[in-house]
Amino acid sequence: MKLTCLATPGSGGGYHAPASHLLELEGLRLLLDCPVDLSALAAFAPVPLDAGSGDAGELICAVPYYRSPAVAAAAKAGGVDAVLVSSTTGMLGLPFLTRLPSFANTKVYVTEVASRIGKLMMEELVEMHSQFVSFYGPDMDGIPKWMEGEKHSKLMSMLQKIGIEDERNDLSPLMPLYSAANIEECMQKIQPIKYGQEVCFNGMLMLKASSSGLELGNCAWSLEGPRASITYLPNTVFVSAHALDCDYNSLKENDVILFSDFSSLNVMDEDDENLGENAMLCDDSVSRDDGVGEDENVQILCKNDDIAEEIERISFICSSIIDAIKSGGSVLVPIERLGVILLILELISETLHSFDVKVPIFIISGAAEKMIAFTNAVPEWLCKPRQEKLFSGEALFGHVELLKEGKLFMFPHLYSKGMLAAWKEPCIVFCPDMSLRHGTVVHLLRRWHADKRNLLILEQGVDAELALKAFMPVSIQILECSFLSGIKAGKVNPLLTVLKPKLVLFPEEMKLRCPLKEGAPWPCLYYSKGKTIEVPNTRDEFEVRLAANVALGLQPRQLDGTVAVARLRAKLHLSNGQYMLVAPKDQTDDQTKRLLLHWGAVDAGRVLLALLEKGMSCAFSGDDVGLVGSERSILVTSPGDALVKITSERTVIYCDDEGTSKQIYDALGSVCNGI
Amino acid sequence: MAIECLVLGAGQEVGKSCVVVTIGGKRIMFDCGMHMGHHDCQRYPDFARILSATPGATDFTSAISCVVITHFHLDHIGALPYFTEVCGYNGPVYMTYPTKALAPLMLEDYRKVMVDHRGEEEQYSYEDIQRCMKKVIPVDLKQTIQVDRDLVIRAYYAGHVLGAAMIYAKVGDAAMVYTGDYNMTPDRHLGAAQIDRLKLDLLITESTYAKTVRDSKHAREREFLKAVHKCVSGGGKVLIPAFALGRAQELCILLDDYWERMNLKIPIYFSAGLTIQANMYYKMLIGWTSQKIKDSYTVHNPFDFKHVCHFERSFINDPGPCVLFATPGMISGGFSLEVFKRWAPSEKNLVTLPGYCVAGTIGHKLMSGKPTKIDLDKDTHVDVRCQIHQLSFSPHTDSKGIMDLTEFLSPSHVILVHGEKPQMAFLKDRIESELGMPCYYPANNETVSIPTTHYLKINATEKFITSCTAAQARDGLEKANLLCGNHLSGVDGDVKADEGILLMEKSMAPKILCEDELLQLLGTERHSVQFESLLSSRVEEVQTTIVDDVVSEF
Repeated sequence: MKLTCLATPGSGGGYHAPASHLLELEGLRLLLDCPVDLSALAAFAPVPLDAGSGDAGELICAVPYYRSPAVAAAAKAGGVDAVLVSSTTGMLGLPFLTRLPSFANTKVYVTEVASRIGKLMMEELVEMHSQFVSFYGPDMDGIPKWMEGEKHSKLMSMLQKIGIEDERNDLSPLMPLYSAANIEECMQKIQPIKYGQEVCFNGMLMLKASSSGLELGNCAWSLEGPRASITYLPNTVFVSAHALDCDYNSLKENDVILFSDFSSLNVMDEDDENLGENAMLCDDSVSRDDGVGEDENVQILCKNDDIAEEIERISFICSSIIDAIKSGGSVLVPIERLGVILLILELISETLHSFDVKVPIFIISGAAEKMIAFTNAVPEWLCKPRQEKLFSGEALFGHVELLKEGKLFMFPHLYSKGMLAAWKEPCIVFCPDMSLRHGTVVHLLRRWHADKRNLLILEQGVDAELALKAFMPVSIQILECSFLSGIKAGKVNPLLTVLKPKLVLFPEEMKLRCPLKEGAPWPCLYYSKGKTIEVPNTRDEFEVRLAANVALGLQPRQLDGTVAVARLRAKLHLSNGQYMLVAPKDQTDDQTKRLLLHWGAVDAGRVLLALLEKGMSCAFSGDDVGLVGSERSILVTSPGDALVKITSERTVIYCDDEGTSKQIYDALGSVCNGI
Repeated sequence: MAIECLVLGAGQEVGKSCVVVTIGGKRIMFDCGMHMGHHDCQRYPDFARILSATPGATDFTSAISCVVITHFHLDHIGALPYFTEVCGYNGPVYMTYPTKALAPLMLEDYRKVMVDHRGEEEQYSYEDIQRCMKKVIPVDLKQTIQVDRDLVIRAYYAGHVLGAAMIYAKVGDAAMVYTGDYNMTPDRHLGAAQIDRLKLDLLITESTYAKTVRDSKHAREREFLKAVHKCVSGGGKVLIPAFALGRAQELCILLDDYWERMNLKIPIYFSAGLTIQANMYYKMLIGWTSQKIKDSYTVHNPFDFKHVCHFERSFINDPGPCVLFATPGMISGGFSLEVFKRWAPSEKNLVTLPGYCVAGTIGHKLMSGKPTKIDLDKDTHVDVRCQIHQLSFSPHTDSKGIMDLTEFLSPSHVILVHGEKPQMAFLKDRIESELGMPCYYPANNETVSIPTTHYLKINATEKFITSCTAAQARDGLEKANLLCGNHLSGVDGDVKADEGILLMEKSMAPKILCEDELLQLLGTERHSVQFESLLSSRVEEVQTTIVDDVVSEF
């Protein structure tokens, strides 16, 4: 088994661009996640260009290009057998891949919900991109001019500055975006699955997705091969306020864990204080080691401290929104996290109600209406408290009520029909676009950037300076927030203890941030980006299931006190990742009685005795000199003529009569080791 | 090993579905239904038999590993609150998300009918229903659920009603499917049953329509719409007694659509708040409806009916035509009976009956012959002069569907439940003669025992596996199966057997290896045995003699 880490996450702790890997096992090549890096988008000038404001000069005035290290590496490898996707953002690069001819037969596995939401996000990306295309005109053949000039090197150095560069400075190439047709083509290759559904890939691998808790439809993967079971663990949240909690129980006792949650590297400032506490937790478990029972570790995992902090952060955002509204300002929320949007919507409606403030809330996005409606029809994918809402007949999310009461409006564009009639300022506008290049965000920012009563809520990790360059000078207030993106450093060791792996593959760059427990019962291999590591098999042998009726027909031969052998004739099948030996259809008994393998020295004298015992007339032949170690011959005269020549490594039976030669063969078998 | 199958209900009848299956020491109860035609102790399955069949078990919780409910109809779930709250079963209960959401509505509706209308002593209370539902673990389709270390269950789409599931259960190597009620053809709001090709020792299937083959659905729909249209245009009232969930939505989609096309203004009513409320559940559970509905949902929720409004009790005697959906389905009491009493005497009116009515209900009486008078009890009679239309589209599979599913799954054995004895006998013969599978249709409280295949876990060396796969790839025949097979295929094909040596050592798992690996392990050399013709021995002799001669010359 071989693992190559293709990309590690940049900003957002892996929410927006998760890590991706190439895994080779049992002759199959699998790509784990296929994200696209959208951070380059910020280097392009927003459209339509506005000479009046901002410093667009340094930005590239052209149709944007995008990069995806996962796509570049997979293409270089010459194709993959399957892609396993663990999140909606992990599938945004897929159409780049599936439009390549070498990926015509690639199968893609994604959860039903992630594929539905992912498709909407891809379409939204294409829609936004089309605004650039309609402004600059379609791509001409060949490389755009800016890519050869100064702008390109500037972009590359900028990408390096953002911190997404490769150590070896080989930035994966920039590519033009895929089309709507590419998305359709990509969706054809996707096999949507449910949590807990076992699917068989290539007869040999059983794949299973379990909820990972970060977002609707996100999952951890179990890959069960004939010789090892592997967990692919992406960003994980144990208690969620919207998505189904991480189902770590279903990952227990897999042999290998590929730990791919880099979120603790991206810890927010406020958590730095907590790090001491986390470190202490780690130490704690080291010192007490066996003293920490499984229950205690489970308790650490299930503690809802993470989500409590998250709710606190979102409450803070809501109170900032209220402050801005009360001062007469409007609020722009270009955050791209579905879960955060859903939670803000619920909390803000309460807050607005309690302050008796009535302002309209807008979601302006081509995908919003479908996405928001969709969230109210997927109870199976939500956290338990929300599932309870289904069972008591309530709507799953607060937005259903907001829509019914006419407090929330959804439009695909600012110019959509009915938008103007509903528009009223101050207001709160959600428009998912972190890089601030989407037409709606650009328009609203130009409208609101100069008024300090207005509020812009950005996600930390986005290069705000670059994103806002085109809107300078800005007086609008800016609130930078960070959100829960995965497992906290302090929970890594308790999780591994609960999962009981035989081997852990851990990111080299997290070694310091999150030291693994010393003296842990599992060995650990460290991986880093761009390097391939050999992963030893945990089992050398294959597990096979032998049909009982075949086992009953065996004729074992005792070799010594402790060892017996039997010749086995059966048909080997591979069924759902499981090798099975079943009875072959035509059982010729005749054959089964024959010995096919003999070993050791054969004593000619004993052969002669065995032949005589069978009532055959025979004797050592005349010219047999009886020298030890050399050839001896036995001449058989009845029931048929035959000659048997015996040396230390072989016996040759010369005989024209089948019956006689069979009798000789049986006699030989009775005096020598064979099976 | 064997699978023991104790049929506690729906054996040679329809009603109180309940089968208790024992596989490898695990005991699963499939469905826990009640019989609508009985009002005495016969209404529930005879649970006491489980304990007497389980030596050593003192209570139901220790006797039963889990209960699985296939769908929310009362003949499949009606006895569940009784079993958990009165009999005290406290173990896991599994059902799909829609079933868990909708079942309490059905149960409470029924409980009210029993207590309020019939004045019977209640078997379980509202609180019992609530407590019972709290114990239910919801499952999604295709999800593999590990009930305990050995027992695995999985639900597949059954079509019949929203959330209906067929259940796959596996313990060790023994596997079976219990279908519950299912439909092999899609209807307006639900898809057709869908299941993987599984390797099964036993299939327990419903057989409501064991002998019936149905024609095209469109013709039957047209017939129904024509009858309704004719009635209302003649100023009559249409009573559609229906379960609150399922048929009501299906017929409503049909009628709403027809009303729209024909521009009809006559009101369509839903009897209680129940069904309106049910439509809200349907909106959240849209993922469980047919593909067509799911696709149309992004624009308009298909369960927002344009022409449907709420019915007030006072409307019963209002003049003028209307269409009314009223519960319960087979006019076994409740509101539909109340309306029936008022509307049945007028020949202008129409009553549509579901395809199947349980014996003992008024629906059943109306279907058998053309009665002009129905006796409700000793003193009350209803004159029946209205039209009776029997809906021939029922969400059950017909006999062709049963045969198709059975052939598709190719189980080693088949058990029929949920049908009528003569038809079941007919279907049993077909399954045995046409599909060559042993088939049984036990009566209630009978047990059938099914032998199962068993496998031993052993190890194999990499060399053995690669030599087998290489040989098979050479043969070419097997290649496709080996690479892509999700299923044991090629068993029937013309295939050569693979050979290896099974090595059994004390205190180690048996291991298969290749011949030379064995020799290596034993540290010895091969002694080859050859066959030659006698002639060749002479030739050889001559040759050796010549050689000897040559040698001796030196």
